[in-house]
Amino acid sequence: MLAYLARRLALSGVLLLGVVLAVFLLHHALPMDPAAALLGKNYSAEKAHELRESRGLNDPLPVQFARYLGELSRGDLGTSHVSNVPVTEELKAALPATIELGLTALLLAILLGVGLGILTSLRPRTWWDVSGLTLALVGVSLPIFWLGFLAVAVFGDNGTLESRGQALLASSGGGPGIYALAALGGAFLVSPFLVFGRKTFPALARPLGAITLLVVGGLLGAGALHFAFGFRGLPLGGRFDASVWPLNTFVAETPGATGFLLYDTLFVARDSEAFAHVCSHLLLPALVLSSVPTAIIARITRAAMGEVLVQDYIRTAKAKGLTGARVILKHALRNASIPIVTTIGTQLGYLLGGAVLTETIFQWPGMGRYVVDAILASDIKPLQASVLIVAVAFVLINLAVDMSYAWLDPRVGEGRQ
Amino acid sequence: MSAAPPAKATQPVDAEPERSGPRRLLDWWLTFLRHHRPALVGFILSSLILLIAGLGPLVLEHAPDAVFGRFEPTGGEHLLGTDSQGYDVWSRIVYGGRVTLWIALSSMLLSLTLGTIAGAAAGYLGGWVDLLVMRGVDFAMSFPSFLLAMVTIAILGAKLENVVLAVGLVGAPIFARQVRAEVLRVKTNEYVTAARALGFGNARILLRHVLPNCFAPIVVLGTLTMGSAILDVAGLNFLGLGGDPYTTPEWGLILKQGWEKRPYGNLQVTAAGLAIFLTVLGFNLLGDGLKDELDPRTRRR
Repeated sequence: MLAYLARRLALSGVLLLGVVLAVFLLHHALPMDPAAALLGKNYSAEKAHELRESRGLNDPLPVQFARYLGELSRGDLGTSHVSNVPVTEELKAALPATIELGLTALLLAILLGVGLGILTSLRPRTWWDVSGLTLALVGVSLPIFWLGFLAVAVFGDNGTLESRGQALLASSGGGPGIYALAALGGAFLVSPFLVFGRKTFPALARPLGAITLLVVGGLLGAGALHFAFGFRGLPLGGRFDASVWPLNTFVAETPGATGFLLYDTLFVARDSEAFAHVCSHLLLPALVLSSVPTAIIARITRAAMGEVLVQDYIRTAKAKGLTGARVILKHALRNASIPIVTTIGTQLGYLLGGAVLTETIFQWPGMGRYVVDAILASDIKPLQASVLIVAVAFVLINLAVDMSYAWLDPRVGEGRQ
Repeated sequence: MSAAPPAKATQPVDAEPERSGPRRLLDWWLTFLRHHRPALVGFILSSLILLIAGLGPLVLEHAPDAVFGRFEPTGGEHLLGTDSQGYDVWSRIVYGGRVTLWIALSSMLLSLTLGTIAGAAAGYLGGWVDLLVMRGVDFAMSFPSFLLAMVTIAILGAKLENVVLAVGLVGAPIFARQVRAEVLRVKTNEYVTAARALGFGNARILLRHVLPNCFAPIVVLGTLTMGSAILDVAGLNFLGLGGDPYTTPEWGLILKQGWEKRPYGNLQVTAAGLAIFLTVLGFNLLGDGLKDELDPRTRRR
């Protein structure tokens, strides 16, 4: 076990070094000339040469790499030559934005995906299973930027869109659609009772009882939403509305503020209205972003559970008289968990680096947008820094996933050295 | 899903088509589609879209670069109206299918070729080649793939042709990993040993005896990769890391242009997005069906 962990750790170390080297070389692979960008209009061959000389851009590569490592170790990621702000400053805003969005989306994806996967695996080859699988397939086939557009059109508060076509958009669905979504969500959340609650409440096995339960769940969901947000649709664009809650100045001026707005509003400002405001901005992008991971996690969960549920020890556990929920959650889910955890890990990496499209649609000031803007503006340092951070996070997440195998399945790492 | 497994499931479906003849392949294909309803839906969907994209431009009323009035309404002369440049949206979507599918297909074939060469070399030769290739694959996979594609575009420049390279290169490691695993599995078969005993060279054994038997998983992965390639191509274009939205008719670009001109471009966004969605869904349905049928790990179920 220890040898396994040590090997994984060493491998990740090598990988990290490779990542740093690749990101350093990126500087030379990019068709962007930092000297030209810095000089701008004053560009001349001599000046450019001078500048390169003074910045050490003409030194041998190993020397430059050593200097780059030195800068990294001091936490210096360079300065954007578009905004002239140190990259670390800009990342302080972009990184929490992406992490907050990504983790919320992942949480939703785990809840919905694992739930959907378990429920479909329990009743294989029924309409329930087929519709779950179809939903999952649709989830991976949807272009996420289109899903974002649809979500904006249907659930968004299009009254705030400052365009002459407000009425046009409002007529396409406007606010009420969000209640349908909340009702669906509520119905989904209570649906496990249909499976697990049968023994306790026999009425649920009858169609009328099942429908009543789903309707109650739906009403609860829609009611909760109504209580939280009122009749308007969800706000669009950005993490908050600066004219309502100037949270950017709050984060900048308050010691202890982290930039994670959920945390800051709830624990630093202790303002529940601001918290609700932040939630309302977060909900729609997080739901849209969670679509792909939800679908992938659901498919993997169903496949893994399907393999485990037919095993003899599950029958034994049931025969022993254990309740359905206990058998499913403790005996089956744990043994099916390795592929599920792997998938969740991969998806987390995807959410950190691949949220670009969602961030673009919802004008979310996160890492993905930061990368694209850096590419479009030929801004080298921000690009280098953000690629480095995302790749390092990716490697560390994969390491954590590998480590978790050892905990989930004690056999891992015992057979092989 | 609800269909019974095909009666011929026990036959070696990944046999060489040359030896068995195209007739048998066709028979197998028809049986497969008959017994696998989702795959049939996927097949119809994707061939319909390929057909529209391939033949549609021959019967279209308007050229994709013919200019009319801006934002003309739907119906009448323009099925889906015109966009902010005065182009006919329906024509651009049909032509866009050509462009998008062509780019996605080229990048998928690029991934397939690179991945197969690298994976086959790694699996067959083993030793330091294997080590080198697989470390390279591990390394490439330590970046999120879409980010890697964006960085590739940053290095090469935002052009439509570079989207092919970016998506193709990023997809190659997955093929390499899969092909290597297959080659390792096939390599242990006795007919490979026999071929070696007959004194055949490495190239001949690999090309004639090993790779044809890795055909099935490559086809499955290729079909599934088509779906993700279309999404990546459209995504890169949507971000502005591809072609020019005002000249190239491409689904991601049409969507981008409509999105920038919302709410007037709403219909255009809806149509382009629907086109992408249906195409990807078609390839995914077909790929999933093929996987159920051909993948040795799922075949027994």
